[in-house]
Amino acid sequence: MREVYCVGIGITSFTRLEYPLAEIAAYPGMMALKDSGLSKVDHVYVANMGGGKVNHQTGLASAVVDQLSLAPAGAETIENGPASGASAVKQGFMAVASGMCDTVMVIGAERMREVNDLESTEFVATLTHPHAEYIYGVTLPSLAGMFARLYMDKYGATPRHLGMVAVKNHDHAMDNFFAHLHERITLEGIIDSPEASTNNPIVADPLRFYDCCPVSDGAACVILASGDAAKKTGKPRVRLAGVGQATDTLAVHDRKDPTDLLAARGAAANAFKMAGLKPSQVDVAELHDAFTILEIAESEEVGFFKKGEGHLALEKGETRLGGSLPINPSGGLKAKGHPVGATGVGQAHEIVLQLRGEAEKRQVKGAKVGFTCNFGGFGNNVVCLAFKKEG
Amino acid sequence: MPTRLAKKKEEALMGVDVEKILRPVDSPMPPFPPKFVTLASGDPMVIRQIDRPEVPEILPHVHRLMAVERDYYDVVAARAMGELLAYYYHRVQDEYVLVAQINGELAAVVNGRLLNRDVGMSYHTISLRRGMRVGAHAFAAKMEYHIDIMKQKEVLIVAESPIGFRRWMIEYKLEKRFHIPHELGGPPSWSLTKEIFDRARGTLVVGRRPVPDKLLAKAKAAILPPSDPPKPPVDLLAATRARYDSTATAVMAQGWALERRNK
Repeated sequence: MREVYCVGIGITSFTRLEYPLAEIAAYPGMMALKDSGLSKVDHVYVANMGGGKVNHQTGLASAVVDQLSLAPAGAETIENGPASGASAVKQGFMAVASGMCDTVMVIGAERMREVNDLESTEFVATLTHPHAEYIYGVTLPSLAGMFARLYMDKYGATPRHLGMVAVKNHDHAMDNFFAHLHERITLEGIIDSPEASTNNPIVADPLRFYDCCPVSDGAACVILASGDAAKKTGKPRVRLAGVGQATDTLAVHDRKDPTDLLAARGAAANAFKMAGLKPSQVDVAELHDAFTILEIAESEEVGFFKKGEGHLALEKGETRLGGSLPINPSGGLKAKGHPVGATGVGQAHEIVLQLRGEAEKRQVKGAKVGFTCNFGGFGNNVVCLAFKKEG
Repeated sequence: MPTRLAKKKEEALMGVDVEKILRPVDSPMPPFPPKFVTLASGDPMVIRQIDRPEVPEILPHVHRLMAVERDYYDVVAARAMGELLAYYYHRVQDEYVLVAQINGELAAVVNGRLLNRDVGMSYHTISLRRGMRVGAHAFAAKMEYHIDIMKQKEVLIVAESPIGFRRWMIEYKLEKRFHIPHELGGPPSWSLTKEIFDRARGTLVVGRRPVPDKLLAKAKAAILPPSDPPKPPVDLLAATRARYDSTATAVMAQGWALERRNK
């Protein structure tokens, strides 16, 4: 298997974008081409979840290749729920590692704000079990709420810990030009004050408004290249060293212990094994905090902290910028935003930026190893990526 | 833009004091006791009533929003400007204006008037600080003024923006009064009754009194300009362009690509 490097990156603001989906997708592609110095690539993978349903556009990759005039490069649209982004990175990795391609452009793009919040929540809920969950009105917030309640009962985390994740990630996003929410929040404002329950109402008990990510539009791009092709670009050598994927039961109630995120655990283990790394070597991570509880739970499942101790590490400030293992320096899904199909690529973008040392005010000093966890479904299909700075 | 009451020449030439005829007589209205709310940011936001002398301080900030073609800020600001000027010049009857301030900065303006002793007419809610329910808290204070302070039975409301519709009609579950045209352009009215208001106490309607002296003094000392007011929509990919593409290379690259394709 050949080694695979990240040679170009680009991103749009994660916000409400008044552009056609294909243009939103193409823009970071142009940025990444400029960043890499390349003018063409062998193949383009475009991750997108809702084009067909929300934007009435299928076959997005064909439109993006045309928009970027990259024909006759091969092109495919990748749909794997909220893990579409990292799945597309995985496809790009396989294409380069196998020797089939020398350069691959991976784009993740979504335009969710074309419909209202209720419709977008309903659309995302279509990834649940159609007969056991969806028809009974299950949504992702409701699953996350039940998960949070179980987790809190079992491990002693409290709503205050959930609030700490939100406060931390909102703080981080203040330094991210491209983040959806530039809004500093405090525990006093969302938990402690007499007005907190109005500022931060219950969405799906025990999850409150500030425990949930916003609905965002946006796109991100990473260009992957073989070792030889990467050398020619002269870009800092950031290697996509490990890719791991694992699945779990579609319906959450089929799991022996629903607080065990076995797909996240397996995907992370696979990624670390391929990369020859250990969780303790990670300097910076982007975890899939669509709901605050997920950052805590994932931080344990991927091996950063012992099971049931993620909230304690959070409490000590270990996961903050400046802590021993900063998690979601970009603001995470919670504050950077969550354009579902773009999220996994956006996470990779942030890690490449960090390992290059180009993350400016939110730079994790001396970061050499980065990690992402892109959580699909409600933990039924997870893709993890491990990155390593070389040289 | 006028910032003080102008004395017009023709007025001086009139044989009678026409101002007395033009100026409606306001009904006695109890003052709105100031309150404060802690926002999600942890900042206390003071909501208080202003009288005519303070109106010129807020006019420039509302005026700027007339250029914001987003979420109907333009039409709301244009209409609110008219209402504020009418209030200032005594050309509307029984109007009041409340402002919300965060660290002295203007965060929201809400206004309304009495239709009669029992019924209030809600005018506008303008948030000059987006997010954190700033506008929603200010609207709740306005309803509190009508229902609790002025003891009215109901307030007639319309929304001019989808966010307003969500905040008022949906969150409060307002009743229909579609047979009554609202003063803001004549659309069918919705009603917030005392019963609806009572239901919203402690959830949508929050805040504390009295406002700590220091906090109130700061708010009253000056209405400072909003530091992050709503801005006209821009090219939302501009953030990307500005950061990575100051030379517009990406845009040119698109042109080059098109040239290549056309060859």
